[in-house]
Amino acid sequence: MEKLLNWVDERFPLTSSYKAHLSEYYAPKNFNFWYFFGSLAMLVLVIQIVSGIFLTMHYKPDAQLAFASVEYIMRDVDFGWLIRYIHSTGASMFFVVVYLHMFRGLIYGSYRQPRELIWLFGVIIYLVLMGEAFMGYLLPWGQMSYWGAQVIINLFAAVPFIGGALSEWIRGDYVIGDATLNRFFAFHVIALPMVLLGLVVAHLVALHEVGSNNPDGVEIKKLKGEDGHPLDGIPFHPYYTVKDILGVVVFLIVFAAIVFFSPEMGGYFLEANNFIPADSLKTPPHIAPVWYFTPYYAILRAIPPMFGSQFPGVAAMGLAVLIFFVLPWLDKSPVKSIRYRGPKFKIALTLFVIAFVGLGVLGILPSTPVYTVIARILSAVYFAFFLLMPWYTKNDSTKPVPERVTQ
Amino acid sequence: MKKLLFLLLALPTAAFASESAVHLDHAPVNLNDHESLQRGARVFVNYCLSCHSAGYMRYNRMQDIGLSEAQIKDNLLYAADKPGELMHVAMRTADAKAWFGAPPPDLSVITRSRGADWVYTYLRGFYRDDTRPTGWNNTVFDKVGMPHVLHELQGQMAPVYHTMQGEDGKTHQAIEHFELIKPGKLTLAEYDALVGDLVNYLDWMGEPAKGARMTTGIFVLLFLGVFFIIAFYLKKDYWKGLH
Repeated sequence: MEKLLNWVDERFPLTSSYKAHLSEYYAPKNFNFWYFFGSLAMLVLVIQIVSGIFLTMHYKPDAQLAFASVEYIMRDVDFGWLIRYIHSTGASMFFVVVYLHMFRGLIYGSYRQPRELIWLFGVIIYLVLMGEAFMGYLLPWGQMSYWGAQVIINLFAAVPFIGGALSEWIRGDYVIGDATLNRFFAFHVIALPMVLLGLVVAHLVALHEVGSNNPDGVEIKKLKGEDGHPLDGIPFHPYYTVKDILGVVVFLIVFAAIVFFSPEMGGYFLEANNFIPADSLKTPPHIAPVWYFTPYYAILRAIPPMFGSQFPGVAAMGLAVLIFFVLPWLDKSPVKSIRYRGPKFKIALTLFVIAFVGLGVLGILPSTPVYTVIARILSAVYFAFFLLMPWYTKNDSTKPVPERVTQ
Repeated sequence: MKKLLFLLLALPTAAFASESAVHLDHAPVNLNDHESLQRGARVFVNYCLSCHSAGYMRYNRMQDIGLSEAQIKDNLLYAADKPGELMHVAMRTADAKAWFGAPPPDLSVITRSRGADWVYTYLRGFYRDDTRPTGWNNTVFDKVGMPHVLHELQGQMAPVYHTMQGEDGKTHQAIEHFELIKPGKLTLAEYDALVGDLVNYLDWMGEPAKGARMTTGIFVLLFLGVFFIIAFYLKKDYWKGLH
């Protein structure tokens, strides 16, 4: 056995990679609840890829057959209902996990120097994931699939000058049709998953290069013991592998409870209207995107059209996502973690969370004049969190950061 | 965190409260009641399946609700030759469109899009309305294209109006209640029970795997529960040396 291992190691960095990334990757020992969501995001990615492969074996990317093929999977394929519900639940749970993972980054300053690239890769992953989810949602070819895609693709039509041609180019037709379905299928099952996997590798390589942040925002590599390992670090394997298994089990309990007992999640994971086949002549009375897009949808609706163009709303929505890219350079605080930050940051973050969740709720509801006013206020709060950040983080009072991590 | 959870839980009621202005009656759905499901299947095949298809549903799936293949073949196979076939209808879409204004929708997943309560209220909500081409209207689906197919069972209902003042200050005629102007073969209670069986069947047909799903789910959760205990002590054991 050892001979075989030696033979491989002379030709491939097996043992050294295992050491570098698992058994001798030193992670801070004070990870808390919020640190489960990175490994969980990877778990959901694997769940989605595996369940997706099985769905692809039975699904038909054809406007005439798509809806029926989904029902065929639900009824005639052995355990097809399970595979389908795992995939549909996985889509929503991916965003649950990713949003919590991003929130962890916000509260503990994980995006700060020297982890800016990890954050940038992460934001790109988030962007690609949105595309992946959006294109996947068209595939069941229900009414919400169709009209949701209609709304989103029409956003591109609002771009000045080239908008019309651009949206036509995306659809591959004058209306959403078979051509759109086929290209979305190609992107959803091949192009974007491949990009995602590459980005996840980049995200992890960058992380393992600089080492993980922790709830105290202390750089554990600064203080090393005689053995050359960080005093506050513990090997990822076995400590965090066994801990993450615990997180995985708890997550799977929640996941299974949804898959087996409430796969529609009251219409939020699977919408009632999506059990009606797509009909280009019947617009549903109320079109709402799936819950994970609703904060941005609310921002889109909140911005009034200017100069007879919807473009400002579209631009604001795009900006709301893209602004995450510059976060590492907006934060001027001398400390990373919320534990040592002052009241200004804490208030700002609280308002941001309220704005994000509030916009999410408003994006689900039909718009009324009162809701529009609230959505405008919350949109302003959303952007203020980022744009005023250099000011309120610089002037904030901070507590002294300890040398070593606290328990 | 708690606030967030509360918001998420309170949301469904908030989101859908505004949508259905019409009161919906609660459908007596019980997927374990095989006799009710079988009665519902008979009503479905006799009354609905002439115009409405259930094109994703195979006849022989009804073995799941306690019918044998022979029973299905002898009693329920009017529009198909083999029990393995899908529940299609002979009516052409173009004809249907000409006769009813819109082709009757496929009913395979109707309770999943409309909800069982809606279908239950709808099927009990037909009333006489001579302004409509079919002579029928419906309380939850105004100006519906479908005539009251079950009227020989329910009888004919007619609305009794009362005059009320609207928000704009004008007076409107609003329906106060319904009156049975011509009794059917069944009493109203019997009719409600029959529709209850039918909706129960439709709900089952919307997701025939639901029963298996729930049963599997219990075993999966039990397994994960045991796994959790093992994982918990495994983690505790590995971490006890750390300070």
